[in-house]
Amino acid sequence: MRKVTIRTLTAISIGLFGMVVTCSLAACSGKKGNEVTVVTVKGSDTMVHLVSMWAEAFMKSHPDVEVSTTGGGSGTGIAALINGTTDICASSRDIKDTERAQAEQKGITPVETMVARDGIAIVVNPRNPVQELSLDQLRKIYTGVYTRWSQVGGPNEPITVLSRESSSGTYVFFQEHVLNKEDFAQTVRLMPATSAIIQSVVFDRWSIGYVGIGYAHEAGPQVKILGVKATEAGAAVMPTEAAVHSGEYSIARPLFFYTNGAPTGAAKQFVDFCLGPAGQKIVRETGYVPVQ
Amino acid sequence: MERCVELTLVVAASTSIILVGLIFLFLFREAAPFVQHPGLSSLMGDRWIPVSFQKEQFGIYPLVAGSILVTAIATVVAVPFGVIGAVYLSEVARPAETETLKPFIELLAGIPSVVIGFFGLVVLAPLVKAAFGLETGLNAFTGGLLLGLMAIPTIMSVSEDALRSVPASYKQASLALGGNQIQTIWRITVPAALPGIVAAVMLGMGRVIGETMAVMMVTGNAAQTTFKPFESVRTMTATIAAEMGEVPFGSDHYRALFWVGIILLVATLLLNIVAQRVLKRYSVRQ
Repeated sequence: MRKVTIRTLTAISIGLFGMVVTCSLAACSGKKGNEVTVVTVKGSDTMVHLVSMWAEAFMKSHPDVEVSTTGGGSGTGIAALINGTTDICASSRDIKDTERAQAEQKGITPVETMVARDGIAIVVNPRNPVQELSLDQLRKIYTGVYTRWSQVGGPNEPITVLSRESSSGTYVFFQEHVLNKEDFAQTVRLMPATSAIIQSVVFDRWSIGYVGIGYAHEAGPQVKILGVKATEAGAAVMPTEAAVHSGEYSIARPLFFYTNGAPTGAAKQFVDFCLGPAGQKIVRETGYVPVQ
Repeated sequence: MERCVELTLVVAASTSIILVGLIFLFLFREAAPFVQHPGLSSLMGDRWIPVSFQKEQFGIYPLVAGSILVTAIATVVAVPFGVIGAVYLSEVARPAETETLKPFIELLAGIPSVVIGFFGLVVLAPLVKAAFGLETGLNAFTGGLLLGLMAIPTIMSVSEDALRSVPASYKQASLALGGNQIQTIWRITVPAALPGIVAAVMLGMGRVIGETMAVMMVTGNAAQTTFKPFESVRTMTATIAAEMGEVPFGSDHYRALFWVGIILLVATLLLNIVAQRVLKRYSVRQ
């Protein structure tokens, strides 16, 4: 009985060994045959969907290049660039001075390429009568100065304020450009994902949240997008593609690729593809605003 | 040869002890520099603002309060269901009933917490909101309810074991003295199994305090120090899960998160040790 078992085991291990050898041989010969180059893109969660759409289209036309995309957040991407573990870092914010200094210490020169623009839409429940807010009103809502809708021209109801988690590039962008670098109020609810913000705005009549315009438009009539006034006296602007592009809409940001030095080889091919007509068409299709 | 086998067995048996030791060591190594730079006193505050253009603050009071509040609510929800369910399973149910019920209870324990969290966000939060007339269902109460649901299987199965190991002679004595079944259950069996039930509740609490995904999706995660059930709270686990991903390696924020981890680990260890002690005393008495 025992002998049989041992024999079976031996047979299995020889089989496995054989398979491993064949596989590695195949992999080697594959490499020799048509040189598959791997380009890794890591970073912003906001951009993951866009980058993977780009990667898919790009790989169709360039079968010799494999583009692998991972998220984790802009900060994670920049850290990976500094550590040399990614070819391209996707980021929804500028690289910080401290990060640039860290990179240079390690002999890495981050080079920035703007690949798309993103507008951040302010969303509320469709049954909320408020139509527009100024940047100053938004700041006061998110820093906890205003707590009721009556303070911004709505009914006397409490405001449920929703935000992304502090690890999100959108959070930092919103803090910098809408809150004028002030801290979020402690009562602000931090949601783990954009979809959770949409979900809550749909269910809770008196909540307010901010999401990328792509997500806001995708949610359709379930949420109401507010117009944003840059100043108290100015006109309210809706986050349309034209308004984001012209800079009229105030809560908009560029989306970047960072590379170590100017991109070269396969990475350059990929960046060029993203900036080209086919790439920018995908930008529009995924709900962002093209660069040109 | 014999020594060799013995050694292998000893190593295998002590793996988990070594692992816990290594985890502690690792946590302290990562957290230690925090003691020198911002100082431990900066953890003692009620503002957790780790990402700020003004001044980063790492006060852990709101996180500890959040975890305590959610755990307390979950315990209040889970204990009646868990203990009464265990009494039913061990004392009242016919064998056929037990055999149908048990797999479902075990199934509840096996549902991935992210799925439970999603259920909480889409189903439970709107229900809580409607039932209590709140402006949003994202609060500590919804989180506690959801975690209570997850703790029920633990509490139920450990309590059931405790109830089953009450000697049959106790019950027979009670019945022989003219006690009916209800009296026997509540005056004899449950009190005799009480230490086991207490241990079950503590193990359930250990499960709740360490739960992350479900609680992160429904509590709203606002870091405010509060003990009001309908306010939004941020638990220690949700904070680590949400922030560890993008924290710059080696920063004060990174080290502060490790301190939160240490506090969490100590809390769960204490709960487990106390539960084990209680269980041990109980089995000695038998």
